[in-house]
Amino acid sequence: MKNFLIDTLTVFNRDWIVLKRRLTKFILSRMVAPILYLVAFGWGLGRSIDFAGGSYIDFLVPGILALNSMNIAFNSITPVHAERIYHRSLEEYILAPIVPESFVAGKILAAILRSMISSAIILILAWIFGARIDLTPIFLIALILNSIIFAGIGFLAAMKIDTYEEMAQVNTYILLPMSFLCGTFFRTSTLPDFVRFAIELLPLTHTSYLLRDPNSISLAILILYSIAILILSFRAFRKLTD
Amino acid sequence: MIIKLQNLTKIFENKIAVDNLNLEIDRGEILGLLGINGAGKTTTIRMLTLQTQPTSGRFFYFDDSKQIDSREKILSMIGVVPQHLNFDQDLTVRENLELHAKLHHVKNFRERIDELLKFVELEKVGNSNVKKLSGGMKRRLLIIRALIHHPQILFLDEPTVALDPQVRRKIWELVKNLDATIILTTHYIEEAESLCDRVAILDNGKLIALDSPQNLKKIFEQKNLEEVFLKLTSKS
Repeated sequence: MKNFLIDTLTVFNRDWIVLKRRLTKFILSRMVAPILYLVAFGWGLGRSIDFAGGSYIDFLVPGILALNSMNIAFNSITPVHAERIYHRSLEEYILAPIVPESFVAGKILAAILRSMISSAIILILAWIFGARIDLTPIFLIALILNSIIFAGIGFLAAMKIDTYEEMAQVNTYILLPMSFLCGTFFRTSTLPDFVRFAIELLPLTHTSYLLRDPNSISLAILILYSIAILILSFRAFRKLTD
Repeated sequence: MIIKLQNLTKIFENKIAVDNLNLEIDRGEILGLLGINGAGKTTTIRMLTLQTQPTSGRFFYFDDSKQIDSREKILSMIGVVPQHLNFDQDLTVRENLELHAKLHHVKNFRERIDELLKFVELEKVGNSNVKKLSGGMKRRLLIIRALIHHPQILFLDEPTVALDPQVRRKIWELVKNLDATIILTTHYIEEAESLCDRVAILDNGKLIALDSPQNLKKIFEQKNLEEVFLKLTSKS
C-alpha cells in the first residue's frame, strides 16, 4: 500500500510538473468555451426562455460543469496514447518496479486536478454572469466521480486504440453526443420515454442530475460507473506489464 | 550465472521470432547478440526485460545463486537502453532522470544524477528539454538513465545506431567501464569484437554460434568476427 501511494504520487507529480509549466495557458484556454456557452445560451438564448419561473443560467451552469469536467478529464489522459504509440515513453513505467495500478491512479488523479481547476474557473465566470449555485459536498463528489469516469474512458481508449484518427473518433462518437444529449442544455423529462431511458444509461446525465439536485440513485450510478471503469483501466495497464 | 534461458521461444502469428533459445549468461560478462534485422535480437531482449511474454520456454534471473521470482525484483536489477529514444518529451533532461529515479525508488537521487550527468558530460544541458539535445547526447542520456538505480544487468539494444564514429567510440568507452553484466545488440560487428567477452549469433531466431570472438575466429578460420558473421548468416 505504501509503495502504491508513493508510486501514484510519482506519476501524479510528473503531470503536475507539466501542468505547472503551462498553468497560465491552461487557465486561459479553459475560459473560452464556458464564456461562449454563458454568453450564447445564458445571456443570449437564456433571456428569452421562461424556465418554470427560474433562471435558465442557473440550470445551465451545472450542465456546463458536467460537460466541461468530462472533456477535461478525457483530454488530460489522451496524451498517454502518444506516450504508448509514438514517443514510447510509457516503457519507462512498464520497465519500472512500480505497482502497475499506481500508474493509472496517478494519471487519473492528475486528470481530476485539471478538471477541478477548470470547474473552479467556470464557477467564477458563472458567478460573474449572475448564476447562483449552491456548492455542497455532493456537488464536489459528483464532479470528482465524473472526472474519474471520463479519465478512465480516456485511459482505456489510450490503451486499446492504435491510431490518432481512431482516438479522435472517440470524441466524435462518444463525447460529442453525450455533450448535447445528457441534459446539459435542457431537461431530459421533455424527451420521449425511450430516448430518455437510453440517455439515463449514460454517466454524464447522472452527473448533470446530481449537480442540479442531489439524489441517491444518480450518486450510486456514478459510483458504480467509476468502480467499473477503474477496474477495466487497471486491467488494461496490467496487460501491458504482464 | 546471472540469467539462464531455457528453450525460449516467441512466435508472432505465423512467424517464429525466437526459436528454442538456450543460453547461460555469466555475472559481469559483456555478451553481444548479433544477427541481421529480424534475427530475433530485440525480441529476445524484450522477453528478458519482461516487455513481452515468451510463447514457450522460460528464463531465470539469479542473485547470488538464488533464483529471483518477482517482477519487481527483476525490474530493480535490470537497466534497459532501448533502440528508440523513448524520453518523456515534456520534461527536461534532469526531470527525465528524476522521474526514472523515483520510479525505481532510488534514495539521494540528486547526487547520483549530478554524478552521471558529469560522467557523460551533459551537466550543462540538465535543464534543457530533451527535444533540444543532439542525437549523440540523447544516446548518452539513455544510457545514464538506465544506470541511475545501479542495475546489475544492463540491456543495450543498438545503443550506437545512427551515430557518427566519434560518438560511437565515446559510448563504447562508457559501456566498457560499467560495473555490470551487459547484454547488447549491435550491427557494428568490429565494435562487438573488441568489446564483448562472448557473442551469440542469431539467425532466423536460432542460436547458430556462441563463443568468444577469438574462439569463433579460430573455429571458423576467419581473420575477423565480421567474416565469421557473414559466413554464418550468408544464407539469410
